[in-house]
Amino acid sequence: MTAVKCIDLCKTYRQGEQEIKALDHVDLDVERGGFVCLSAPSGGGKTTLLNAIGGLDIPDSGQVWIAGTRIDNMSKSELARLRLTQIGFVFQAYNLIPVLTAKENVEFVMQVQGVPARDRAKLALEILDEVGLAGLGGRRPAEMSGGQQQRVAVARALVSRPALVLADEPTANLDSHSADGLMELFVELNRNHQTTFVIATHDQRVMAYAKRLIKMLDGRIVGDIRQHEH
Amino acid sequence: MTKQLQIVWTLAWRNLWRNHRRTLIMIAAVSVGVWAMIFMTALMRGMVNDMIRSGVENLPGHVQVHHPGFRDDPSVNNLIPATDTELAARLADRGFRAWSTRINVPAVITSERESRGVTLYGVDPARDRDVTFVADSIAAGRYLESIDDDGLVLGRKLLENLDTDLGKRVVLMSQDPDNDIADRGFRIVGVFEAELDNVEETMIFGGKRTIQQMLRIGDRVTEVAVVGPDYRDVEPLRRELARILDDDVEVLPWTELNTYLGTMLRVMDGFVLVWTVVIFLALSFGLVNTLVMAVFERVREIGLMLALGMRPVSILAQVMLESLLLLAIGLAVGTSLAWATIVPLEAGIDISIVGEGLEMFGASSVLYPELLLADVLLADAVVLILGILASLSPAWRASRYRPVEAITKV
Repeated sequence: MTAVKCIDLCKTYRQGEQEIKALDHVDLDVERGGFVCLSAPSGGGKTTLLNAIGGLDIPDSGQVWIAGTRIDNMSKSELARLRLTQIGFVFQAYNLIPVLTAKENVEFVMQVQGVPARDRAKLALEILDEVGLAGLGGRRPAEMSGGQQQRVAVARALVSRPALVLADEPTANLDSHSADGLMELFVELNRNHQTTFVIATHDQRVMAYAKRLIKMLDGRIVGDIRQHEH
Repeated sequence: MTKQLQIVWTLAWRNLWRNHRRTLIMIAAVSVGVWAMIFMTALMRGMVNDMIRSGVENLPGHVQVHHPGFRDDPSVNNLIPATDTELAARLADRGFRAWSTRINVPAVITSERESRGVTLYGVDPARDRDVTFVADSIAAGRYLESIDDDGLVLGRKLLENLDTDLGKRVVLMSQDPDNDIADRGFRIVGVFEAELDNVEETMIFGGKRTIQQMLRIGDRVTEVAVVGPDYRDVEPLRRELARILDDDVEVLPWTELNTYLGTMLRVMDGFVLVWTVVIFLALSFGLVNTLVMAVFERVREIGLMLALGMRPVSILAQVMLESLLLLAIGLAVGTSLAWATIVPLEAGIDISIVGEGLEMFGASSVLYPELLLADVLLADAVVLILGILASLSPAWRASRYRPVEAITKV
């Protein structure tokens, strides 16, 4: 079954007088349980493609389908619901809510989903333990290191077991040990829960974990390489 | 939305204290504003009430009954046949606090040296002491003892103007129903003091039957003054009186008998609202600025919450709730502060330094602030409603951010 399908996606940005083609007739299929890395130099279009797949950005033309549902023509509220229930995001910057503790940040999505408090707390503590942050749930982001914050962000993206995880440079601010730990966690989830991962990255070490590597340049897909199975 | 209420509340409350110095300054501004609204309103309300109370107690009562022609021609030609026995039967058990029948005619008073034009009141002292202030304001001598009392009570200013004194004789002149001169000599038995010079200079009081005999009008009177439970709510009293009395009389509330005071009461209610709104408008700039800054500082977070699936309406609710919490704390502090400063002053504030000027408007030199629940509720409601309206713009802007742009904002 197809988890993500993009048909003839185009997106153009204006920078002063200049038009920049961020997506130039992109077609992409990612099957359920896929582990795909999008690789491109800066400005190559990988973040724009990730945003379009996540319903954060609307393409100028073309179609985006998630788990068989077309999303590029959805309303803001419908997109919000889709993101809430089906997609987990890991952003490049840690993007935590500073007034909430690590545990509360992890619980945030579940709380918006309406998961009962007791279940939320249990799941949040379990996932914090899984990402190596047991005992740190009461800390606010400002009291944690960059690596710890990124792991909280990952825990938040994964805690409600979304079918699709979109990660934009998830290891950009991590040391190599933390980066390996994070990728091992992604692989495990992919293997055990059939979670689909689409990861935009520059990092060669991250690409090495991918089952499939898609190379982009100037908004176009210029390479689609099937690598190993986990 | 209901599911998200708890997280919206948590975020709003914690964000409120994120920049606690800014929040405390804004709460202080709202508190002082609310305090000023309520405190000033209580002072103004006290001053106007004092003017009205004095005006009402200076004779009219809350409602008066006259001959229909009396207001156009306030003379002994327009009398009503109202005996106390008959009235007592009609007005009994109707919830009226007090009532009194009177004669009220223009007259001239003459001492050995001076003459003055005055308003002569023939009263029943037993009944009238519950309607007017005079019995309680005797500064020298005594008040009238019965309707047959042949003494006269007049104001201290008039005594000075007539260059006479307590115990001396004066002559009163007026007109009887046949347009003949009606006059009689009286001895001054009492001197009263009033808050207003004008009252002391123009009003004199004699026994009702003595005055009726002097004017040769039998047992007829010019007016019946009735006092109800509350001078602010006289319409039910007027209607009830009109219903139980004869059709050939005119029943009027004090607001129509003294249009100046009646208008002042209405103007006061409008003034309270205008004053409250004006203070809030000054406050609203600070409030909107605080919220705009709070939203501007959190663009990325708002983008993140939208990206994670929080609905725009929840972002709107979060900013609105933050504003509401700030206003609610400010209101609670401001209202408590107002109460704490007004209650100790309810015994009266001596403003005699400006009292002379105020007396021109009928106010006394001691101001009694009056804290009305309705005024407090009005101030609180205005702040809450206008505060919510002022918060709508920054809250709406926050909810309309596009997550992809907001999340990358530096």
